[in-house]
Amino acid sequence: MDELLQVSGLSKRYGDSLVVDDVSLTIAAGGSLAIVGESGSGKTTIAKMIVGLVTPSSGSIHACGHDRSRPATSHTERKRRGSEIQIVFQDPYASLDPRQSGFDAIDEVLALHQPAMTRAGRASRIDELGSMVGLDPRQVRALPRALSGGQRQRIAIARALAPEPKLIILDESVAALDVSIQAQVLNLLADIRESTGISYLLISHDLAVVRQLTDDAIVLHRGRIVEQGPTAHILDDPQEEYTRLLRASVPRPGWQPRRRTATPTIGAPP
Amino acid sequence: MISGNDTTALIRIDNLSVELPMAGGLAPVLHDVSLKIAAGEALGLVGESGSGKSMTARAIACLLPSGATQTGAISFEERDVAALRGPALRAYRGEIAMIFQDPRAHINPVRTIGDFMTEALRTNRKVSRSNAESQAVQLLGEVGIDDGRRRLRQHPHELSGGLLQRVMIAAALLTEPRLLLADEPTTALDVTTQAEVMAILDELRRERNMAMLFITHDLELASAICDRTAVMYAGQIVEQRRSSLLHDDPLHPYTAGLVAARPRIEGGSRRLTAINGRPRSAFEAPPGCAFSDRCQHVLAACVEARPAIEELDGGLVRCGRAAELRAAATVHSDG
Repeated sequence: MDELLQVSGLSKRYGDSLVVDDVSLTIAAGGSLAIVGESGSGKTTIAKMIVGLVTPSSGSIHACGHDRSRPATSHTERKRRGSEIQIVFQDPYASLDPRQSGFDAIDEVLALHQPAMTRAGRASRIDELGSMVGLDPRQVRALPRALSGGQRQRIAIARALAPEPKLIILDESVAALDVSIQAQVLNLLADIRESTGISYLLISHDLAVVRQLTDDAIVLHRGRIVEQGPTAHILDDPQEEYTRLLRASVPRPGWQPRRRTATPTIGAPP
Repeated sequence: MISGNDTTALIRIDNLSVELPMAGGLAPVLHDVSLKIAAGEALGLVGESGSGKSMTARAIACLLPSGATQTGAISFEERDVAALRGPALRAYRGEIAMIFQDPRAHINPVRTIGDFMTEALRTNRKVSRSNAESQAVQLLGEVGIDDGRRRLRQHPHELSGGLLQRVMIAAALLTEPRLLLADEPTTALDVTTQAEVMAILDELRRERNMAMLFITHDLELASAICDRTAVMYAGQIVEQRRSSLLHDDPLHPYTAGLVAARPRIEGGSRRLTAINGRPRSAFEAPPGCAFSDRCQHVLAACVEARPAIEELDGGLVRCGRAAELRAAATVHSDG
């Protein structure tokens, strides 16, 4: 299998509601794919199923040649999955333990995934990861409360990089950052991909961020894929009405917001 | 100093500075903020976290945290707001309304939408419940909620975020305010819902000739819907300009930095032009120009004295080098 991640026919049902409906996608090694959608579209549920936080109702997920459609049954299996895919969440205020420094958080991951590494080896690797995300050794050793939102998100990225995964899921990872900090983190993510060849699965509602970071994109609406293809094609020449609506809703100079008279019929021919 | 005295201002802020008590004494949160908004006009207030946008709105609404000290003047229809007491202060607060980023945090979850919407009318205007309810239903219709009667009996948890924000807007407009303070009202909403809510706000503002202070971190959004936009940094206004010009032709290096840092939906270079460092709050700002430690055009003079806000090309800018940089850019682009 050439694909790093292969998802086919993935569905998730909660009671009567189908939140993810027959989603298939692939990411090649070194590729980057965006899942675009609004709240309730199912994009985060897909991410959670891929990392293993939610069990799919049906469908299959393969990563790095291993099936991960069902929960891991052994410690070894869980550890292997962790070394394949990592995730960075939206809110760095909630995703870090307030009593644990970035150093200790990364050290814990390294000790688990690189048992052969010595304490000194881990320390130098932590500083290396820190400098990769633009933090100095003092900042890496600080508690989260002493760091700004952008710095915390860098710790979260460094922690995700620690087990040297093949794929990082970025679940709205830059959405909560100020514009000037967001640009720094987007550049950082582009640099990391260039230097390590890592793949990204970006979950985002922000079309400009999607354009900046990904080669391919999927537009999700009410759990279903409505459009997929190269990011540039989807944004420059959207084929589906829903994608066009998303595109037209992005504010820009001279933009005139208009009231919608009726909800567009999804999937109808233009 | 405020340019363009052709229109009379409904609300006017002159040289407002605010300090808050913090460990070790008073810390500045706003410095020398001046702005004015005429009836029917929308002013955008753009900035990153901690820049003082919300604090400016709170100062206007007389809702500064306790212990805050304030210098400078805020006047509403040429009356000094700071001098208002008792009934006069209540009457002033009836003239302004505020909507917030997270409607769920500002609506009592155990009371009905109807209670929430009609409370101000019933207590302040002594309107009967049935009359207040019919007014609420009519206004819900105006914000695009057709089954208003049913909604009034519902509780906040039964409504989506977008619907609840429309309820907030309808409730804010019920008392027919003349100034709306909108603090990131669409930040938590999906883009399609944001477009809808902005269209509603824009339309109702024009119909009612209401002034609006629109606070956002999104320069593009402010440029699109506001007549003028002020950019805040570290508790100061660093630039104020016609919105149509602000985005394409910024005067201040910080505004230019914000525009360049934002990725473009049309695509562009693989790397963004980021601003170094992180945004400063007013109390952490370096002496001299507050942006000097992050500015790529910084000179020794920038660090020595805090620049005044001055007129340039029909806008206002707080940068000692703005005119010079602008001249250089013009020569460069002509060549």
